Amino acid sequence: EANAVIIPQCSHIPPGRRGCLMETTVSPNKEELVIRPLHSGDIYTSFQFRTLWETDFTRENKVSHYRLFPKSLGQVISKFSVRELHISFTQGYWRTMQWGQPYLPSPPGAELWVWFQDSLTDVDGTWKELTNVLSGIFCASLNFIDSTNTVQPSASFKPLGIGNVTDHQIVCTENLTPWKKLLPCGSKAGLAVLLKSEKLFHSSFHSQAVHIRPVCKDDQCKTTSWELRQTLNVVFDLHNSGQGKNEWSLFKMFSRTLTEACPVASSSKIYIDITDNSQGEQFELSPATPLLSQAVVLGDRRTFSVYDLTQQITFGTICNVLKLPVTYSAHAGDMLRPLLHAERYVAGYGLQTGEIHTLMYNNHPYRSFPVLLLDSVPWYLRLYIHTLTVTSKGKDNKPSYIHYQPSKDRVRPHLLEMLVQLPPNSVTEVTLQFERALLKWTEYTPDPNHGFYVGSSVISSLVPSIVAMDTNNSRERPLFSSFFPSKEESSYFVRVYTEPLLVNLPTPDFSMPYNVICLTCTVVAVGYGSLYNLLTRSFQIEEPSPGLAKRIANIIRKMRGVPPL
Amino acid sequence: MAAPLTLLLLVAVTVRAALFRSSLSELISERVEVVSPLTAWKRVIEGLALLDLGVSPYSGDVFHETPLTIYLFHFLVDYAEVTFMVSVAGSSVVVTYLILFQFRKQKFALEADRYPLDCLELIRSPKEMYYIPLKVAMFYLLNPFTILSCVAKSTCGLNNAIIALFILSTIKGNVLLSAIFLSLATYQSIYPLTLCAPALLYLMQRQYIPVNFRRASFWWFIVQYAFMYLGSLFVIICLSFFLLGSWDYLPSVYGFILSVPDLTPNIGLFWYFFAEMFEHFRLFFLCVFQINVFFYTIPLSIKLKEHPVFLIFMQLAVISIFKSYPTVGDISLYMAFLPVWSHLHRFLRNIFLVSCVLLACSALFPVLWHLWIYAGSANSNFYYAITLLFNVAQILLVSDYFYAFLRREHHLTYGLYLKRKDGSEATLVLK
Repeated sequence: EANAVIIPQCSHIPPGRRGCLMETTVSPNKEELVIRPLHSGDIYTSFQFRTLWETDFTRENKVSHYRLFPKSLGQVISKFSVRELHISFTQGYWRTMQWGQPYLPSPPGAELWVWFQDSLTDVDGTWKELTNVLSGIFCASLNFIDSTNTVQPSASFKPLGIGNVTDHQIVCTENLTPWKKLLPCGSKAGLAVLLKSEKLFHSSFHSQAVHIRPVCKDDQCKTTSWELRQTLNVVFDLHNSGQGKNEWSLFKMFSRTLTEACPVASSSKIYIDITDNSQGEQFELSPATPLLSQAVVLGDRRTFSVYDLTQQITFGTICNVLKLPVTYSAHAGDMLRPLLHAERYVAGYGLQTGEIHTLMYNNHPYRSFPVLLLDSVPWYLRLYIHTLTVTSKGKDNKPSYIHYQPSKDRVRPHLLEMLVQLPPNSVTEVTLQFERALLKWTEYTPDPNHGFYVGSSVISSLVPSIVAMDTNNSRERPLFSSFFPSKEESSYFVRVYTEPLLVNLPTPDFSMPYNVICLTCTVVAVGYGSLYNLLTRSFQIEEPSPGLAKRIANIIRKMRGVPPL
Repeated sequence: MAAPLTLLLLVAVTVRAALFRSSLSELISERVEVVSPLTAWKRVIEGLALLDLGVSPYSGDVFHETPLTIYLFHFLVDYAEVTFMVSVAGSSVVVTYLILFQFRKQKFALEADRYPLDCLELIRSPKEMYYIPLKVAMFYLLNPFTILSCVAKSTCGLNNAIIALFILSTIKGNVLLSAIFLSLATYQSIYPLTLCAPALLYLMQRQYIPVNFRRASFWWFIVQYAFMYLGSLFVIICLSFFLLGSWDYLPSVYGFILSVPDLTPNIGLFWYFFAEMFEHFRLFFLCVFQINVFFYTIPLSIKLKEHPVFLIFMQLAVISIFKSYPTVGDISLYMAFLPVWSHLHRFLRNIFLVSCVLLACSALFPVLWHLWIYAGSANSNFYYAITLLFNVAQILLVSDYFYAFLRREHHLTYGLYLKRKDGSEATLVLK
């Protein structure tokens, strides 16, 4: 099942301060790949492809000159008055404690958030059509998104998008192929050559996403252009697939090598995170590259080796390929602990009641910061908001803002948004009791004893950063560090998704509909029959009926006209 | 009469207080046989919490109480236990009083002349009737169903108190109060609407208005009563509107009772039936089952037009068995009236079977619930089967009492020891 969030209006945002990216000149197409070795021995690879499109829908311009922007998405934007759209398909759960923070967080399953233009009146109808069209474009069953799993949060998702749909689909090759088709070079040239499904899906975590949003072309945001970002985040577990040897290469991970850059890309780069390898003690890159770049990402200053695919010297002299083998020499040191981390689980026993526990960890040694918790629970887990308790370090921690929208059976899910202040170096536990409902027999999934999925809760926060963040949104910054624009130097935006929950509901016996109808109607008929008898009949003295012979004799006598015996 | 009644009240209050303070109260207030989505105390607290959060309690699907109940508990939430004990004690006192009052009317001598001589043993003597009010109070106060319902703080206790007050005001002959309490009872849950008929019959009997369709006084009285009833209902509904400022409560309370969207298991027939219903027929069977509750009013009123008190008992029983979310609290209300008909015992046919089945089912309900929900070794069919059996037993009980009542009436008219044409002892059958 899927949960969706839509945001209809953006009227509360003053114009000009939309947090858009500035692009001073048109660089229509950029692609980059970031490879980061993680402390647990896995490799985190993140592809980002960015396309810009100059067009203005506010002028009723019927001519749409698409250039590199995919026509299907362009038509979606114009037909459904979409202002921002973010859709992601994820398989696997991002383990924050072992892997750190991802560049772009995404919950397991499918998530869709959309922000519509002010001029749109029929949000619900447009939402339904939009989900159907998108499920066609991405070959995904997004048409299960309906009002029972769509929410409109008031605070959690600000102009960077709204909407939260979490569903537990299995992401597979039929979702990857249409995604690849949206790229300007397809899968023929450039970084997209590496995207082969056999290796990509043989991973611990796989997430592909499409983000469409308007970006400002100048400081005053007088004109905007549309930015399409396609991101693919994969975490490879090389212990499993690398036969135990501590070395990886592009060929080992993707079973492909790079031969040329995408001809329409203005910039095509590979960034390898070498922050932990400053003296070359951990691993060795070959071919070595003199290009280095530094960026502040997620509150941490990281150093990257850069390979520019538009330069011919990047590719090796033999066979014109870039193999990039890396050999590990020493084991990893300490990882920077993520400052914000969350877990969620269901407590209780039996099929009648239960409790949802959400744990939020603040690992900052001395700073406390507020987090916004967004929970969307399906209607068949009836939450009791009076049982909500928030405790930090054993003491009660009252949230400063609670927005709760109770569910309506079979219409909409519960929506709970809370602003909680997390004290430094502590665990905050949020508990909420619920009751499990008995559904109609047709409302169960084909495997009802597997359970029902409850979507991830979203925890958004501005986390204080140790390193000063760069607020200068110039076009020189690599794509992976510029997705969430930072307005302040001292904090950066983090969004953490918790695990989805699997909850069992009591089930009726599915083989029994006809039997139940018959038996219950029998009981009602017993009532009706007894009362009917007593109401319509009266007491009479029973005369014993004569034997068979006498009765036949009486009949004959009646026919003869003689009085009976 | 007062001293034994006080003693009984003391015992009842002690038992309830002891249970309130023990750890069993949490357990009991979660049992599905005792509370339903309409009457659960947890949901009342949830509604008050939603009100505190600034959200209308009716915007979700958890709270289904009427606005007057919210208003009442807004002030009394800290004294909830006392409220429920008072309502239970109050309703039992009311019922006792009304039985007393009813029986004082029966004049032994007047009745004795009308009946054939051999029926004297059928007529109750004042000595027999002396202890009946006390027995009724005992049946209500010490009934385990009532105790469970009170300890769970189910609002069924309040509904029962209102119905008891309605019956009292009807029997005392106060038309206005009877209409007001009936409209309150209907406002709480729709089904007491059927109690209009016995109330009308009793009041007309008291005022010596003959029940005859051709008489103008008959229709005039009905118009008066309907006016008072509908007027007080209108006032209460408008008051509820002004309390919360919206009409949201109408679909949440009455739409919920009539359309049964919540399929939480209970002791009634609706939940599993609609959990396993084919979608195509859902509306049809919903209408059938709801009409079934109201359907017996007219035929029963016609048959029992001289005995409106028994009609009240029959109607209460029919409502408790066939309503959409029954609980044991509803059952305890009509069972409290059983001692009033203790003179019918000689004509009851199935009482042993019925009482055994009721006891066995009451014991099996928690066992099979545990096996289904907690142990996982049984499935919903087990609990459903006990539900069916329990309802069949109740139906048999009610129809047995009805049979006994009709038979006694027959004997009072035609004599107790009937003979067949050839002089041997006769058997009576229904034909």
